[in-house]
Amino acid sequence: MSWETVIGLEIHAQLATRSKIFSGASTAFGAEPNTQVSVVDLGLPGALPVVNGEAVRMAVAFALATGAEIGLHSAFARKNYFYPDLPKGYQISQMSYPIVGSGEIEVPLGDGRTKRVGLTRAHLEEDAGKSVHDAWPGATGIDLNRAGTPLLEIVSEPDMRSASEAVAYARHVHALVRWIGICDGNMQEGSFRCDANVSVRERGSNTLGTRTEIKNLNSFRFLERAVDFEVERQIDLLESGGAVVQETRLYDPERDETRAMRSKEEANDYRYFPDPDLPPLRIDESFVASVRERLPELPAVRRARLIEAHGLTDEEATALTRERAFAEYVETMLETPGVSGRAAANWVLGELFAQLNREGTAIGNAPLGPARLAALVARVEDGTVSNRTAKDVFETLWNDPSSSADDVIEREGLRQISDGSELEGMIDEVLAAHPAQVADYRAGKEKLLGFFVGQLMKASGGKANPGELNRLLRERLGRG
Amino acid sequence: MSAALHEMTLAMQARALAGGACSAVELAEHHLARVERLNGTLNALLAVGADEALAAARDADARLAGKGEAPGPLTGVPIVHKDIFCTSALPTTCGSRMLDGYVSPFEATVVKRLREAGTVLLGKANMDEFAMGSSNENSFFGPVANPWDTSCVPGGSSGGSAAAVAARLVPAATGTDTGGSIRQPAAFCGLTGLKPTYGRVSRHGMIAFASSLDQGGPLARTAEDCAHLLRAMAGFDPHDATSSTREVPDYAAHLELPLAGLRIGVPREFFAEGLDTTVGDAVHAALGELERGGATLVDVSLPHQRHGIAAYYIVAPAEASSNLSRFDGVRFGYRCDDPADMEDLYERSRTEGFGPEVKRRILIGTYALSAGYYDAYYRKAMQVRRLISDDFARAFTEVDVIAGPTTPTPAFAHGAMDDPIAMYLNDLYTVSASLCGLPAMSLPCGFAGALPVGLQLIGQPFDEGRLLGVAHRLQASSDWHERVPEAFERASDTERQGEERARS
Repeated sequence: MSWETVIGLEIHAQLATRSKIFSGASTAFGAEPNTQVSVVDLGLPGALPVVNGEAVRMAVAFALATGAEIGLHSAFARKNYFYPDLPKGYQISQMSYPIVGSGEIEVPLGDGRTKRVGLTRAHLEEDAGKSVHDAWPGATGIDLNRAGTPLLEIVSEPDMRSASEAVAYARHVHALVRWIGICDGNMQEGSFRCDANVSVRERGSNTLGTRTEIKNLNSFRFLERAVDFEVERQIDLLESGGAVVQETRLYDPERDETRAMRSKEEANDYRYFPDPDLPPLRIDESFVASVRERLPELPAVRRARLIEAHGLTDEEATALTRERAFAEYVETMLETPGVSGRAAANWVLGELFAQLNREGTAIGNAPLGPARLAALVARVEDGTVSNRTAKDVFETLWNDPSSSADDVIEREGLRQISDGSELEGMIDEVLAAHPAQVADYRAGKEKLLGFFVGQLMKASGGKANPGELNRLLRERLGRG
Repeated sequence: MSAALHEMTLAMQARALAGGACSAVELAEHHLARVERLNGTLNALLAVGADEALAAARDADARLAGKGEAPGPLTGVPIVHKDIFCTSALPTTCGSRMLDGYVSPFEATVVKRLREAGTVLLGKANMDEFAMGSSNENSFFGPVANPWDTSCVPGGSSGGSAAAVAARLVPAATGTDTGGSIRQPAAFCGLTGLKPTYGRVSRHGMIAFASSLDQGGPLARTAEDCAHLLRAMAGFDPHDATSSTREVPDYAAHLELPLAGLRIGVPREFFAEGLDTTVGDAVHAALGELERGGATLVDVSLPHQRHGIAAYYIVAPAEASSNLSRFDGVRFGYRCDDPADMEDLYERSRTEGFGPEVKRRILIGTYALSAGYYDAYYRKAMQVRRLISDDFARAFTEVDVIAGPTTPTPAFAHGAMDDPIAMYLNDLYTVSASLCGLPAMSLPCGFAGALPVGLQLIGQPFDEGRLLGVAHRLQASSDWHERVPEAFERASDTERQGEERARS
């Protein structure tokens, strides 16, 4: 039997606000336990939530960036359950009226094809605290620093058909929320995590199979492996005459397997109801307009421009729009006259990315900024230096932030010789010194061209413009 | 000065302080002495902070003498807060074992505002546990006696506040009202009490019972006192998303309201079955007095009024079941001994920490919100709530205020209401204004035997000024509000000596 995999994702993106969604406490990661808590986060008697306008702005920015519906009238609801790291005994979330409604996201699959994934909704909610189970024997510690951190839960339709599509979608959303600056995307710190709803069905069937939900996947690799494992587990179950049980599962990366956490029967009745502490959230058009105004140009727009106006390949443009900082770097380079799109893309994707990788530096912290790199690329393009020489200049520019390409070229005498008469003089000398080889060449041993080029490069101290040299040399040898 | 200090209303005390006729320290000492002498009988106050009160009184005297901060309108006036308001100097128990000894790290906006207005906090008032009750018999710290007849209840849930003011332990107190918890005790104790429009007074630091209904407000002897207190308590608070940004009027300036031309709606449903005849008579007499003053009485109907209790006793417990989840024994409050595991910690902490009425309402509320029952109960109740609001909106196209009894009966004896449903019916006339967020007040309008009877006035949103004006007119032509429960009228010899010493 042939099976089809059906996947929907719930992505929890932590919004990059400075303070929590319903209190003024800081959201900074990594502080001493329970030091970033206000009376609201602690759920103390009498404390009341007040919504953080910045979180609302970020949710609206997400809607604008994806073209999804904006819930102009949204409402908060309480999701009631008891857990020690949930201080109030309920989580404030959105239920019937989310701030972001339905939409559709076009996900590049990395091979030139794209996949449309439906967006069901995205809603605001607060994160819970953390239970620390391993610090004390026989006791659990509670750290409420994370309690009240704003989350945007982005819910997709069950539109993905493989683990790799799910990963492509998650990566795309990850890039997008970082691009528009609403989430730092740090998966290790839990700023971006996914729950995957996975089911399988007979190929050709229109009904959905029973799904399981795999919770809290905090890397793309785990997402891929967890889904793959789960799909296989479900198919095995069904093929051996069993049935999939609707349940929540956890992925264990150590063992590379998913394990049941709780079944539907054990699931809580969350008793959602409108939170009476928070009036319905009304967003007007002028607020939306102000968010739109602050929204950066979106990756798709930049990608199209890099291809159409600057001649980049689809692959290059996709790579350069994976992060806003990449695109901004390249586009800043393109402001320097004499820098072509292709050259800029080559330098950024090649030399710059390699160097960033080697040094473990983020592009924003690179000691070589786009204007200085562009000045070097311009000198390659106008023939002042060779590509080979330029790589050495790149090193110097990287290591000495006060240096400029022109200064380094001048100081170190790296300017290549492109002048025809100068090169011709050198050619004459070299040919005169090697008459036997000239004769052999003319007799048909054309591979001797490399020999002459080598001799000439040596004679010029490596500064001869190789293109020009080749042309003149062929011309001279051909003339007899 | 002819009157003993405790015989003066809050407004009179404020004038005496401003005029130098008495000092804040004298007032504090005098009232603290009465608390010392009388609270044992009443159990109206829980924590009493004598040292803190005297320090605050000395500070008030300095302000009144022109030193330090300029005095506020209530500088030096003693007050108590219902123990539902978080105070940082005194414990805040909410009448529950769950919060026995709990001291809040922050103070309620109402507490802060009244402190800034200059009031001197003497202590915290007893109440029904988590404000759930109509008799103050649900307090973990014991019942409160009604000063008019100590075998009777003072009403609830702000029973301690009402008993303290009625017994002249203090000229005024704060209360909270979710379904009648200011108005009913005011009626039972012969006081003037006001539940403001929902959103008028900040709920920040006021421990939540039912968040969409809870409002803080004043309990005092006169409309004038309530006007001064409300002015200080009300106003937008950035810590409460449901608080209104509307400007707070000078309510005292609204007191001289002409009754001529005023249309008072009298809902026939408020005078139907269930109303005690002596209560009905007293209310009719007061309405007649207002009519003689120039007001027009208009017969109105609130057809969905009869569903008010049912809707209220679903919505309020539903919200409470969620609001009270935070009392889990994990971070603060009562925790059971030696919990075996997490479930045990929750179960026993909550079983031992909450009293029976609180548990009953948590169960009702949890049920009403449960999957499969939500539509039949919670959603239906919210629809009824809307219908009752529509009734009022319709009535207010014809009238300026609505008037009727506050309670179906006067105060009842301790232990008389052992059936929860019978107890809930006490709120028959008060829950509607709560469900609709409307301002409503109770003021004394007569007696049923030895027990006071309350007249309820209900207004349009943010029309507190008009309610206070009507009440003030009635109080200008009657003396119900000046009656004092006999047993608590007189100053003791020591109190008198103290006053004489202070005066000489």
